[in-house]
Amino acid sequence: MMVIEIFGIAILAGIVGSVLGLGGGIVVTPALTMLFGVDIKFAIGASIISVIATSSGSAIAYIRDRITNLRVGMFLEVATTVGAITGAFIGGLMAPSVLYIIFGVLLMYSAYVMVRKTKQELPQEVPLHPAATRLNLQGEYYDKALQKSVSYNVDRVYSGFGVMYGAGVISGLLGIGSGSFKVMAMDVFMKLPLKVSSATSNFMMGVTGAASAGVYLFRGEINPFYAAPVALGVLIGATVGARIMQRMKSRTIRKIFIPVMAYVAIQMILQGLGIKLL
Amino acid sequence: MSEEQVENQMNEEKIISAEIVVSKVLRIGVLVSGFVILLGLILYLAAGDSGYPADTYPTTLIGILQGTGSLKPAAVILFGLFLLILTPVLRVGITILVFVKAKDYLYVGITSLVFIILIISLLLGKAG
Repeated sequence: MMVIEIFGIAILAGIVGSVLGLGGGIVVTPALTMLFGVDIKFAIGASIISVIATSSGSAIAYIRDRITNLRVGMFLEVATTVGAITGAFIGGLMAPSVLYIIFGVLLMYSAYVMVRKTKQELPQEVPLHPAATRLNLQGEYYDKALQKSVSYNVDRVYSGFGVMYGAGVISGLLGIGSGSFKVMAMDVFMKLPLKVSSATSNFMMGVTGAASAGVYLFRGEINPFYAAPVALGVLIGATVGARIMQRMKSRTIRKIFIPVMAYVAIQMILQGLGIKLL
Repeated sequence: MSEEQVENQMNEEKIISAEIVVSKVLRIGVLVSGFVILLGLILYLAAGDSGYPADTYPTTLIGILQGTGSLKPAAVILFGLFLLILTPVLRVGITILVFVKAKDYLYVGITSLVFIILIISLLLGKAG
């Protein structure tokens, strides 16, 4: 019963995606192609469905529990969506290999910065950037693992915005959500708490993903018989994951996040250099 | 607290209650789309037939809606997936209302801009 097996893997993808803020495509695409021999075209179609299912499934809890920072999400979404349109246009004009390498190296650097942050649970002594004051980006959430309310500031708004624009260009070129860049921009550059970065990344990813998913659907690249068990499994997994994540220590989430980030970085650099994995 | 601070505080509280509305609407959207997808999958597994010739399924909105009307499994699933794809768009739409209610006009502008860009990219994608 292939449907049930895909459903099971999709639950796992939903949990991983909602905890890390990555959307679940990182699990779904390789699983469908390698374990089930699904055509890469349909695997990508199913993974974009998984991104939206992770985003909407987890957002129910993340927004209700106020982990998602709606202002940060919407402000950065401007950069991502404009970037995605740019990416879709320049896709035919230039070789994306330079961008792959630049962003691969940037991700590597961020993984390194994150390694140094593994000892701290919450960002310490973050200054409030003047632009963040004007945009009212700072926030507060209740951390269920620490059992206390956490107030936070937002730093380096312009760098975060710039990285998100680049992330949008990449996702426009690749046609995927590139959640690792979103978490990177918020965690490493803007110094938000990791849980807020992950929840806000999940929120944004669905918005960016919806535009491309519509295109895939009407191009016939979303096969209903693969996408249905993926959507249902991921919705369940993301609902569960959004609850698990809130009770996890940020340090633990970070330790899972770093190797995933390094893996994506290496894959991008190799792709930029013209070396194809799998 | 100054008058302005009191007003900010009240607006923040409006945002909190409005966020709960966003969460609830989102839950309804997710449950409805999940239910439709599940229904289509059950119909498919029960009948062992997608309602369409092998390896084909509708790829236009009209085709999907017509197939859903006659309960063809593949079309019902695609209709559910289409509803799921609309949930993030719905979310941005309601977020605009959240900021309107909180009188946060800067973010009414920012969120509307995102909404417009989203619609444009949907249309661009269709044309391309």
